[in-house]
Amino acid sequence: MSQLHYALYTGCTAKQSTPELLSSTLAVAEKLGIKITILEEASCCGASHLQDFDEFLAHVLNARNICYAEKLGLTMITICNTCQLNSAMTKHALDSNPELKARVNEKLAEVGLEYKGTSEIKHFLYTLIDEYGLDNIKDKVTVPLSHLNIAPFYGCHNIRPSELHSANKENPYNPTSLDQLIEALEGNPIDYSSKNKCCGFHVELQANRTSELLAGNALVDAIDNNADIVVTPCPLCHLKMDTYQDDMGKVIGRDIELPVLHMPQMIALALGCSEAEIGLKYHISKATHLTKKD
Amino acid sequence: MSRTKKLTLKLFRFNAETDYLPYYKTVEMQVSDHELVLDLLNRVKWEHDGSFSYRRSCRHGICGACAIKVNGKSVLACKENALSVSDIFGDELIIEPQSKKRAVKDLIIDKADFWDKHEAVKPWVETEIEEHPKHENKITQEEVNSILDADYCIQCGACHYACPVVELNEDFFGPAAFVSAYRFSADTRDEATIERLESTAEIGQGVWNCVKCFECAEACPKDINPIEKITKLHNMQFEQKVAKSNVATRHAEGFVRSIKKHGLLDEAEIVIYSEGYLGMPKHIPTAIKMLKTGKIHWQDGVPFIDSMPKIKNLDEVQKLIEISQTNKL
Repeated sequence: MSQLHYALYTGCTAKQSTPELLSSTLAVAEKLGIKITILEEASCCGASHLQDFDEFLAHVLNARNICYAEKLGLTMITICNTCQLNSAMTKHALDSNPELKARVNEKLAEVGLEYKGTSEIKHFLYTLIDEYGLDNIKDKVTVPLSHLNIAPFYGCHNIRPSELHSANKENPYNPTSLDQLIEALEGNPIDYSSKNKCCGFHVELQANRTSELLAGNALVDAIDNNADIVVTPCPLCHLKMDTYQDDMGKVIGRDIELPVLHMPQMIALALGCSEAEIGLKYHISKATHLTKKD
Repeated sequence: MSRTKKLTLKLFRFNAETDYLPYYKTVEMQVSDHELVLDLLNRVKWEHDGSFSYRRSCRHGICGACAIKVNGKSVLACKENALSVSDIFGDELIIEPQSKKRAVKDLIIDKADFWDKHEAVKPWVETEIEEHPKHENKITQEEVNSILDADYCIQCGACHYACPVVELNEDFFGPAAFVSAYRFSADTRDEATIERLESTAEIGQGVWNCVKCFECAEACPKDINPIEKITKLHNMQFEQKVAKSNVATRHAEGFVRSIKKHGLLDEAEIVIYSEGYLGMPKHIPTAIKMLKTGKIHWQDGVPFIDSMPKIKNLDEVQKLIEISQTNKL
């Protein structure tokens, strides 16, 4: 297999509140021999909120980000579901609407760029499965996760709307990619009905109760199905589910304590990456016990 | 050659007049690949149990009566191929009403909340017309195109009862009502646009409570994509200057401010900007937790002040915002 090489769109959280997401992603890529070029020029995807305020501006900024991946001639990979969705929405809108593409390119020309539509945009999870291969990951496992019951939490924006994610062959009503990844790392995926539900992150400020109930109900569902940890490909799901467990517990009326790992952190555990790379110390719901060696 | 398969149907049964709790009844049947979920429901009723109840009418995906859930997936029973559903979920199909807590008799639910919310957004063109007009009130093809897919809504409730917010917040209008609100607000003949935009801008019932899960887009049997209409309503609130400054609108607008400064979103600053200083005390316990674990960075400077990373070529982003921004708060 020739070396895989991707342009990494980090998103904002990996550079701020979830540094462990970036360090574990880079550590996993290195262990697997995947070359990563970080798109340091890329700006925020708008996270659906900029889109609510000014949809055209959001398309212009996202198109600019994609331009930098196109310049490198690489697939743009994302490590956040919401970055993935908003970048893919812009790509879809521009590729299917020549008039909009022309309007956006008129703006981009002012800064010497042109959106062509030549780069794919793919979440790291699906490049690992479709391009690196689960069997190849399995071969690299040095610390099997067989001692862990792992609840996969897929996050909305990687699975819905399915027409935008059709390349991933994932059914939003019964997604399987994370389950397969957990199995490749020899962990025990648990089946629970909340795995494809919403975490409530996006209304955290204006509809706090809704947000706490959504995240809390999902975590309680995972706990009741004997999960030791939750794993998610989305740092926004992680932030919601990890940071606010006390608040959810109060709304739901039950103690909630469950480590919520980023997808690359789980892989990093199984590949024997260092504690510093995995970065469990950044979690609010304590997870550091997962890296303690006996 | 046609494919057949033995499926097990787990049917939700409940009679609000006589049952204390719902229960499930299992029926097995050989199913062929031309059969729709509605055909299976008919076979249950005609061949197994005549008391089994569900709504059905047109059988052509246009009346919306037979909307139910199969293994949690919102479907129109008359449109969904039974074996295709089993390809997703396996050989056991769990047949349930759209909303179990609203069940009246088996798959039949009380949709009163749906209709109340539908009515609340004035789903009609509000205008003064002559009592005896001499000609039609024409609009252009382009104007028709902008509302056409929203006009395909058959009020089946698939998106409404797939929406997790509808289940948790009884004030929330829900995706179907927002589709109607958009359809009539975008209609050039309508004169109640501002009123509709104001009511759908209100926190609690309005679009700002949407969690952006895209369940509605997935559920709609007419491919209307309700969340796209929700985004359009958000945009229209700003375009028509209906949006008032509040925690949600400042949060949306705050993205532009932050991207202008750093290229990235300043996660701490956006909370302060959205909430205002008076809204901050409730966030202090979380902020302390985040500082303790290093989620809010110390190492690059003083937190909140100069710890933000900046992107390369930030000047390009600033220029693009200057020449592309169309809305203001």
